[in-house]
Amino acid sequence: MKCQRCEKPATFHITDLTGDEGVLALHLCPECAREYLEQPDQQAPTPTPTLSGLLSQQLKLGQTAEELAALDQRECPICGVTFFEFRQSGRLGCPHDYVYFANELEPLIASIHGKVEHVGKHPKRGVQDTELQTELIRMRREMKDAVNNEDYELASQLRDKIRKIEQDGHQ
Amino acid sequence: MSIEHLTNTCGEWLRGSGPDSDIVMSSRIRLARNFADFPFIQRCTDIDRANIESTVRERIQGNEHLKKLNYINVASLETLDRQFLVERQLISREHADGDGARAVAIDEQESLSLMVNEEDHLRIQLMRSGFDVDAAWQLINTVDDEVEEHITYAFNSQLGYLTACPTNVGTGMRVSVLMHLPALVDTRQIEKVFRALQKINLAVRGLYGEGSQAMGDFYQISNQITLGKSEEELIKQVCDAVPAVISYERKAREFLINESHHDLFDQVSRAYGTLQTAQKISSEETMHLLSKVRMGINLGLIGDVEIPTINKLLIHTQPAHLQKMVGSKLDTAHRNRERANYLHTHLKTIKNGENGLEKN
Repeated sequence: MKCQRCEKPATFHITDLTGDEGVLALHLCPECAREYLEQPDQQAPTPTPTLSGLLSQQLKLGQTAEELAALDQRECPICGVTFFEFRQSGRLGCPHDYVYFANELEPLIASIHGKVEHVGKHPKRGVQDTELQTELIRMRREMKDAVNNEDYELASQLRDKIRKIEQDGHQ
Repeated sequence: MSIEHLTNTCGEWLRGSGPDSDIVMSSRIRLARNFADFPFIQRCTDIDRANIESTVRERIQGNEHLKKLNYINVASLETLDRQFLVERQLISREHADGDGARAVAIDEQESLSLMVNEEDHLRIQLMRSGFDVDAAWQLINTVDDEVEEHITYAFNSQLGYLTACPTNVGTGMRVSVLMHLPALVDTRQIEKVFRALQKINLAVRGLYGEGSQAMGDFYQISNQITLGKSEEELIKQVCDAVPAVISYERKAREFLINESHHDLFDQVSRAYGTLQTAQKISSEETMHLLSKVRMGINLGLIGDVEIPTINKLLIHTQPAHLQKMVGSKLDTAHRNRERANYLHTHLKTIKNGENGLEKN
């Protein structure tokens, strides 16, 4: 077989990944092969989309500045994180945020994963949601606030409730 | 177990065996898990973090299998020791640099590591030598079940395991295969391979994860998405791509052997010679040269040193490892001398001009 670029015999056979068209087969002589392989890549690598990029892109669609500002103010009743804080850090505050910010998160999750339904493993100890457990997060936060406000009666009531739920949970 | 004990050992994943271990260094799976009844790390108070840490510690000790793990309190470690665990791939850089109560539980083989209070409350990681993802999944799945007996994970039937960052929600699973691809780098085909992988939703990272530069031609290939596919499907997605990359790397090596044997042999010999004779050497240069030597051994150009030795040197010549072995803090200039020393001792093969290199 002759080299596809000159008249010399082709001794090197390259199977190249060409992105769009799939696979390209080349038959070249050693000189042309080296030249071909050493040509600098024209196309810059596509950067992996970042979370904040995806989020801002998605939020710009169909939202006015006022709506965005209002959304930023929304605060999870369980952990107290605001949507603004999530946007800034890319990290959610507690498991309940997935429920509380469900409408905002769904398109984001869809653009990251292409899907919005989990199909993998489930915890063995029953498949129920652990939404009830998140109440403990709120109660601990309220207890801390009660202590800060020197409302020790409320704090001790909350502490007893928390302990009871914790103990029930372990049995 | 102390950190000092670890300075004399070597992780199972470095033993250089297992399927396709000339190109695939190791296979790793990590699972992100969170307590259902605590805020995610960023909203945790110091007390929350301490509670999570002590709960994990107590529950692990109460489990027949998990209690055998060595539990290390990362928060109380010196910076150097934390850096040491990062170099060893037992904790992430984020975990080392974090603050507040945090810990890691490690098994004797250094295959399993369970990070407490990283980006998620729990990050379970399992490493295997070579291309062995299925075994890693079997093992980590069992560990996950064991932990789940004692801790109620944040879970929601629509979104699966709930994580601090929505990029990990669902399975919370990242499958990574660490590959040594010197010939694809040398023939400048590596970018093309990366682009092809990105198109099928796979991510490529350097040796030390997100944002890290590819050192010594080592690259991690991993799944990008975590939701909407089962663990088995995600594993398959990564595993289906790896053999293609392996075969491209082999073809590139064949090309180098056939078409530029002298250049290749020269590079490998110089690399080996430099490592054996340098009087001072940086960790970047060491990585770069060890990579060449590693390929040289796999191609039969070097016969008197074995892959596990090179794998071990890749880790043990890093800054924190050297300082732990010497037993004191060293500045860069000192480290470069110590590194050269360490390399001489471990590559001590030159006998009367016989350097083990193939006669050309």
